Amino acid sequence: MPTLTINGRSLSVDAANDTPLLWAIREQLQMTGTKFGCGAGLCGACTVHVNGEAVRSCQTMVGDVAGKKITTIEGLAAKGDHPLQKAWIAEQVPQCGYCQSGQIMQAASLLAKNPNPTKEEVVAHMDGNLCRCMTYSRIQKAIMRAATEMRTASASGNERRPT
Amino acid sequence: MNKHIKSVTAETTDLSRRSFLVGTAAAGLVLGYAGVPGIGEALAAPSNFEPSVWYAIAPDGLVTVTCGKADMGQHIASTMAQIVAEELGAKWSDMRVQLASNDPKFNDPVLGAQITGGSWSTMMNFDAMSRAGAAGRMALTEGAAAAMGVPASELVVRDSMISHPKSKKQMSFADVVKSGKATKTFTPDELKAIKLKTPDQYTMIGVSVPQLDIPSKTNGTAKYGIDVMIPGMAYGAVVTPPVRFGATVKSVDDSAAKKVPGFIKAVTLDDKTGTTSGWVVAVAGTYANAKKAAQALKIAYDGGPNAKVSSESLYAEAKRLQALDDSGQFFVKDGDPVAAFGTAAKVLEAEYTTSINIHAPMEPMNATAEFKGEILHIYSGNQFATRSGAIAAGAAGIDPKFVVMHQMWLGGGFGRRLDADMMIPAVQAAKAVGKPVKVIYTRENDMTMDFSRPLTLQKVKAGVDGDGKLVALSHDVVSAWPTQRWGIPDFLTPSVDKKGPLDSFTVNGADFFYTVPNHYVRAIKNEMAHNATPSGQLRSVAPGWTFWAVESMIDEIAAATGKDPAQFRISLLDGAGKNDGGAQRLRNTLLAAMGLAGYGSKKLPKGEGMGVACVSSQERATASWTACVAHVAVAPSGEVTVKKLTVATDVGTQVHPDNIRAQVEGAALWGLSLAMYEKATLKDGGIEQTNFDSYTPLRMSQVPEVAIAVIANGEKATGVGEPAVTVIAPAIGNAIFNASGARVRALPITAEAVKGAMKA
Repeated sequence: MPTLTINGRSLSVDAANDTPLLWAIREQLQMTGTKFGCGAGLCGACTVHVNGEAVRSCQTMVGDVAGKKITTIEGLAAKGDHPLQKAWIAEQVPQCGYCQSGQIMQAASLLAKNPNPTKEEVVAHMDGNLCRCMTYSRIQKAIMRAATEMRTASASGNERRPT
Repeated sequence: MNKHIKSVTAETTDLSRRSFLVGTAAAGLVLGYAGVPGIGEALAAPSNFEPSVWYAIAPDGLVTVTCGKADMGQHIASTMAQIVAEELGAKWSDMRVQLASNDPKFNDPVLGAQITGGSWSTMMNFDAMSRAGAAGRMALTEGAAAAMGVPASELVVRDSMISHPKSKKQMSFADVVKSGKATKTFTPDELKAIKLKTPDQYTMIGVSVPQLDIPSKTNGTAKYGIDVMIPGMAYGAVVTPPVRFGATVKSVDDSAAKKVPGFIKAVTLDDKTGTTSGWVVAVAGTYANAKKAAQALKIAYDGGPNAKVSSESLYAEAKRLQALDDSGQFFVKDGDPVAAFGTAAKVLEAEYTTSINIHAPMEPMNATAEFKGEILHIYSGNQFATRSGAIAAGAAGIDPKFVVMHQMWLGGGFGRRLDADMMIPAVQAAKAVGKPVKVIYTRENDMTMDFSRPLTLQKVKAGVDGDGKLVALSHDVVSAWPTQRWGIPDFLTPSVDKKGPLDSFTVNGADFFYTVPNHYVRAIKNEMAHNATPSGQLRSVAPGWTFWAVESMIDEIAAATGKDPAQFRISLLDGAGKNDGGAQRLRNTLLAAMGLAGYGSKKLPKGEGMGVACVSSQERATASWTACVAHVAVAPSGEVTVKKLTVATDVGTQVHPDNIRAQVEGAALWGLSLAMYEKATLKDGGIEQTNFDSYTPLRMSQVPEVAIAVIANGEKATGVGEPAVTVIAPAIGNAIFNASGARVRALPITAEAVKGAMKA
């Protein structure tokens, strides 16, 4: 039975090594914030972090992530108050909301490395994440807002732990 | 709304036999329509109350509004709460929402069914929710007056507090509910007689309050159908045939599937509702294993009657039908266009087409079915609980009254979740294995089995007199008939020529507000398309194609008569006769868009152009007046870059300005996506596109600048989810013509088509 290190906890899952991480997270661990969208790495709805990198959990097998640090939307910030999550609320980004866990996880991996992205860098980083409600312009605004907040927080010596 | 829709279930619309109940008890205050005989009972035991309730106030003062509408991202639950809160006088932070079950008491007060579409919800529920809120305020105020020993008329209600300024006494809503003193009931006449606030008294409507559902959509806690977990449930993966509709299963060999761990059973659907054909569902303990088992099944099919049908044959059939004089039925028949063409100075004729399009909401179709005793529970996000419950019952072979639908947040709807196909494999699998079963479509199932926007062909002929005046227009619309497929006569419209009912959801919009003395619109059903590609309602439905034709042709006429296309439209929007009122609003909206875009006042570089379009979507009676100026650049290769979309829309009254902008922007980008990037094709009876590599909705890098002007002029609130979809494609097509002289008549627009249409 593989053991996953997920959101800071060690959890064993009853799944074969060739099970997509997505389904182990959703069904075995019943953490349903990570969404199934296409099963082919084409939409980004299932994005999680593995050792800080944004990956498509529908294309990542359970056997390949044993011992690695996995973070889902549920673990991005203990209280759901990551600057991106706060910015998503401030900009009233979500419509149906289904893609937004993946959007936030994808954006978080950008800001962790690049605290001051240009619009072009945001678009290039986010282009693999589909939003069928077409909330794209608000997603951009929220990322910029969160980046500003993170820079301000970090300037005041109030650094956030990287996810 | 469509005046022909009265009620789907007649008994539920008759509010005259009900009275509005306000009662308090241990569980709090409940407000809603209740059968008169049940009132006493309800007061005594609200937990057993037959709840046709719109909201309840708990002893802690929290107000929970039950939304009978599907919330697919339009934040309609929050909007309903906002309308209630305005009249109730509740503090926004006290408001909560929950989603209704399929109990008919939650039916739309105007439509008499639980259906979400048509951009109807705000318009049709505004009055009912306002009166529900006001009744609650009156009951609470009377209760507070009794408790304080002061006249009710001296009390002021604000932010969930009822205060008596003279004595400085005050009680919160929570205090009044706990006191048990709010016990007023309202007859329908009393409810109708309540004097509602006038717009100048609003403190909540018109304010962009934080949407109640948004926090849960930033932390993974919002529950969609796909997230439902029932103890002991199994998972189902469907195997759908290579043919969209009409195939049958000849044999299923599950010997390889049996080797998959946790495999339970392969169930061949026996679908007497006619919704699916030739489907098998593989059931296993996990979804990953259900999918493996599904892939391991060896299924032999009979392809059925549509196995050779292609997009080309659907188009050829549409052309054949359009050419026949006796095809179809008339939706509009004013004057005599045929005679007018005979005397016209100039006649133009053009054919416009749109491709098959796929909804592809991000949450693939899914449903969970559980039989408990004699009740079938369905967990799924759905837009049409009234019909879907009946289909689930049909799949189970039980009476619809034994089906309870548990509504979930919808991970996108766009019309796709008006259908109930996903419930059929869940129900029949649950029945076959004796456990609850959650069925999840793969993206491939979801795309190839979509109830798609049908392929359409439209022929428009226009006659202009010697003064350049448009005197005649004939418009044939050939398509599958998505709404007729529902089999509900109330949703159809009598034809003008009395040839039987037609599906007005294929021609809405063609009955525009331009004054044209001789005008006909013919709705022609493409039976081949209807059977081979069972179609559905895709965000904006008919106006998504009718205005493509109408607004392109208007531009073609302007060009042929040497007029500015915007000024030509304004001259046609003269408000004569039946167009009075609407035409003027549309004209004003067009002018607003022109002003915001700098139309005609900006000098554009070579290769760039602006095009306009204006629409009365969704229907004449429910229009949100919408206009667009598109600014494009066209390269010599025919490559089109949409630089900016300027959209103006007259919505009468805005409940939530920020949400309107979000919806209008989303709709406009849908319009762009359909105009430029989305195309599905049929080959050998099957949809060829299976995932987001071949069916390619707009991505972030393709988003142009979007400017939006919302006009709120105090008229009745209208809908915003769809209308802006319909104005984009023609505005872009007209801008391409303005920029390059190339006239495109097929959606989606391709660089090849633009290049091919350029004058050498």
